[in-house]
Amino acid sequence: MAKVEVKGLKKKFGKLEVLKGVDLSVEEGEVVCLIGPSGSGKSTFLRCINRLEDPTEGTIIVDGSCLTDKKVNINKVRENIGMVFQQFNLFPHLSVIKNIMLAPVDRKKFNKSRAEEKGMELLKRVGLADKRDQYPVQLSGGQQQRVAIARALCMEPDIMLFDEPTSALDPEMVGEVLDVMKELAAEGMTMIVVTHEMGFAREVADRVLFLDGGYIVEEGTPDQIFGSPQNERTKSFLDKVL
Amino acid sequence: MERFFELLWEALPVLSSGALLTLKLTVITLPFSVVLGLVSCLLGMNKYFKYISYVYIALIRGTPILVQVFFIYFGVTQFLNIRMTAYVAGVISLSLNAGAYLSEIFRGGIQAVNHGQMEAARSLGMTYATSMQKVILPQAFKIVIPSVVNQFIITLKDTSIISCIGLMELTMQGKQIIARTYQSFNIWLMVGVYYFVMCYVLSKISQYIERRLSVGKGRS
Repeated sequence: MAKVEVKGLKKKFGKLEVLKGVDLSVEEGEVVCLIGPSGSGKSTFLRCINRLEDPTEGTIIVDGSCLTDKKVNINKVRENIGMVFQQFNLFPHLSVIKNIMLAPVDRKKFNKSRAEEKGMELLKRVGLADKRDQYPVQLSGGQQQRVAIARALCMEPDIMLFDEPTSALDPEMVGEVLDVMKELAAEGMTMIVVTHEMGFAREVADRVLFLDGGYIVEEGTPDQIFGSPQNERTKSFLDKVL
Repeated sequence: MERFFELLWEALPVLSSGALLTLKLTVITLPFSVVLGLVSCLLGMNKYFKYISYVYIALIRGTPILVQVFFIYFGVTQFLNIRMTAYVAGVISLSLNAGAYLSEIFRGGIQAVNHGQMEAARSLGMTYATSMQKVILPQAFKIVIPSVVNQFIITLKDTSIISCIGLMELTMQGKQIIARTYQSFNIWLMVGVYYFVMCYVLSKISQYIERRLSVGKGRS
């Protein structure tokens, strides 16, 4: 069964219909990249998958739980879906290690000492073990984003959502974040990534979706999308960004 | 000049006892008002209960504090047919008054915390209540300290209004001495100095707390 199954997803903000019927099925271990012009609904789509936005219509099934069912325990489902934001959203009043430990301890996933151990493991993995007691403002953007990834991973999610994780970074810091993501993909994490990094999409994605005007206009392997796009809008978009 | 020091000597113990009562009134009022403000603020963010908070704030903001004090001390006691000391009436009305303003201050502080903070906390699976408690409120707390202290100082000064229902706090003690001595200028000057010193100390304490809290921790 698919890890993520989205059917007929529509989202309206007042009168503005941002998503006009999107279907997507993501298999375990698959890396899916969403590309498209701003305002195309990529981020909204991603945010519907952990219900940070409430879908107006359609069904979303993640790991067998139906998110669009009002009775579902959304917090339980979210424990299994990590999310990384464009603006990092680290908790500025907590040190790096406390940022990472907060949710696992609160949700009783681990006790304190186990969470700290796990947190340090993850910090080592993203190359920031020496920053454990620093506060987010003391870190560079790239470092903050890597901590944010470690924070999400500490809940041991099956699925990771990335919402333009490198868009707020200085150019020289993009690489360090993408490297962490590549590693994650290589380890078999199921990932849905909204990105403007075409190089990353091309190299890492199993499948690329081009969104425009609230629809998935075209989808295929990176070679298909970047090599020989069929749709006119995909072509003109890629002409501009590549 | 000699007359002044004589007066000072005579007034000092009386004014001091008044100032002590003023301080007591303030210190008792502050925690009540903070709790009221927090409860009202949280109710104000609830879909169903927010109107309670709206009405409360509108009523307090829309009426003078003197009327509120009279309403509690004379009005409510008559209506409910109960007795209430001036001190209790003072604490109740000052708490209600400051609570409404604090509620708005707290609301502003919570809204000033970046929206992404709540989203990040929720995306990790934490409930709304825990996210509020562990992520939003600690940040909002730091943001609101200066405004809360400002409200505390206002409340300290507002205690002088309680003199109107006969509580022997600082202002009332001053009035009493003047009634005996006719030394308006000197006594009101002393009363003013008392208030000034108390407010100044309070603001210094808060500046100290503010500095302590911001060590090593970031903005945002």
